[in-house]
Order: sequence, then structure tokens, then C-alpha cells
Amino acid sequence: MAVIDLANPTRFLRIVDRVLPWLVAATVILFAVGLYRALNAPDDYQQGATVKIMFLHVPAAWLGMFGWALMSVAALGTLVWRHPLADVSGKAAAPIGAAFTFICLVTGSLWGRPTWGTYWVWDARLTSMLVLLLLYLSVLALYWTAEEPGRGSRAAAILSLVGAVNLPIIKFSVDWWNTLHQPASVFRVGGSTIDPSLLLPLLIMALAFTLLFVTLHLAVMRNEILRRRVRSMRLMQAQEVHA
Amino acid sequence: MNLGPHADFVIAAYAVTLFVLAALIAWVLLDYAAQRRILGDLEERGVTRRSHGKG
Repeated sequence: MAVIDLANPTRFLRIVDRVLPWLVAATVILFAVGLYRALNAPDDYQQGATVKIMFLHVPAAWLGMFGWALMSVAALGTLVWRHPLADVSGKAAAPIGAAFTFICLVTGSLWGRPTWGTYWVWDARLTSMLVLLLLYLSVLALYWTAEEPGRGSRAAAILSLVGAVNLPIIKFSVDWWNTLHQPASVFRVGGSTIDPSLLLPLLIMALAFTLLFVTLHLAVMRNEILRRRVRSMRLMQAQEVHA
Repeated sequence: MNLGPHADFVIAAYAVTLFVLAALIAWVLLDYAAQRRILGDLEERGVTRRSHGKG
């Protein structure tokens, strides 16, 4: 089957219906393994048991950024190629990315209080992550308040592309500026600085979060396709009444 | 499992994550059920999509 076949919403729905149960099962299994490994991981020699917050905070941060990257690619699909499912994909990614970004900020704040002595500081990493959440809320507002769906989609796509500038700022903020937030410790030149006893549960949890993101994204895309069908059927109904 | 002197922060972090993800999943499931129900109602009344022509 060619990739272009996925552009057909009916075919896409059939594939999603077939794939979703397997994705749900894989997500549940990975979360069970990941949580078991995370909750039984040894304490950090400096942070103690608060290091367990890392298993939520770091994957949520990665997926908050991944969500926006996905929306940027979808925006190109909407504006340049006018792919039928691109706008559906972008709109579906927004609430999920916003939720993960929110989780990242809240868990980071709860981790910051015992380790840094403060819930919040206006340093480059924390502030750029807060900007990401505000960008997500702006995109959602554009989608949900536009009187004409097409216009809202185009505006959201443009904001998605412009907002992508924030992604490298988030990633490199800890290198470019002097921040309270620690520098990269998993993906960095010279290898991870995290002990394998903590790194393995972190990577399993990151995979579980990623599968959850993919599962939810496909499910929300399915809902959005159905919503658009409802809309077109109601328009047909209204036209028949007025005819 | 001993979470030490900062157990409240660890528990709060896991509780918030669980709540947000549970709310997200509930929204997705309820929205799916709602769209399916509305589509079913419309089809029952004989409304079709333009692409399928008049039934």
C-alpha cells in the first residue's frame, strides 16, 4: 500500500481501528514495566527519592516538544501540500502536546522545590517551556474559536511554523544561557551522565509515554474525522431543508 | 518503598500526571462515543454525506 493511500480518511479510519487495540496493549505493558522499574530504582546520592519525579518530568518534556514538531510538519502539509489529513493531525496533536507540556511544568516545579529550594525561577529553560505551553493554548484557541474552520486551520498552521523557533531555544537554552536548570544529561556528546540503574527505567518510561502519545494522537485524529463527517452531514441536512 | 522527607512532592507529581492523563483519555473516549452517536442519529434520519450522494 502506498503512503498516499493514507490520505483517504476512510482508509485511514480502517487502519486506525485495526492498529489501536495493539497500541493500547503495548502502551499498558510498557507503563507497567516502566513504573515497576521507576518506583524500584535506587535513590540518587544527592537528590534522594525525589529523582523518581525525573521518570515523569523528562518524558513529558520530550513529548511536549515532539508534539510541536509534529504540528510543524503537519502545518507544512496543510499550507504547502494541502494533505487531507495534515490539518487533522495538527489539530489532534495540540491538546495532547499541551497536556504533556503542562505535566512537564508541574512536575518540574514539584521537583524544583526540594532540589533548588524554589518552585519557579525565570531562567531560560523554564521560561521557554512556559512559552511552549502558551503557544499550545494559542493554537487551541485558534482551532476552537474560528467561525470558519478552514481559516482557523490556516492560522493555526502558520502559528505552528512560527512557534517551531522555540524548539531549539528550549533545547539549547541550558547551553546558551546561565540557567538554574541542569544541562542535557541523556542525549549529549560523550554519552549520558545518568547511572544505568536510573537511565534504563527513564528510557522505558520515555518509550511508554511516546506510545501513549501516538495512541492518543491516532484516537483524536479518528474523533476529528468523525466530527468533520458530522459537520458535512449537518450542512447537507440544512441545504435539503432550505431547498 | 521509602520516599524520604520529600515524599509529598513525589506523590504530588505522580498524582498530577495520573489526573491529567486520565482526564485526557476520558475526553478522547467520551468524544468518540459522542461523535459515533451523532453520526448514528444522522444516518438513521437518512442524512448522507455529499461524497456518497443522496441515499
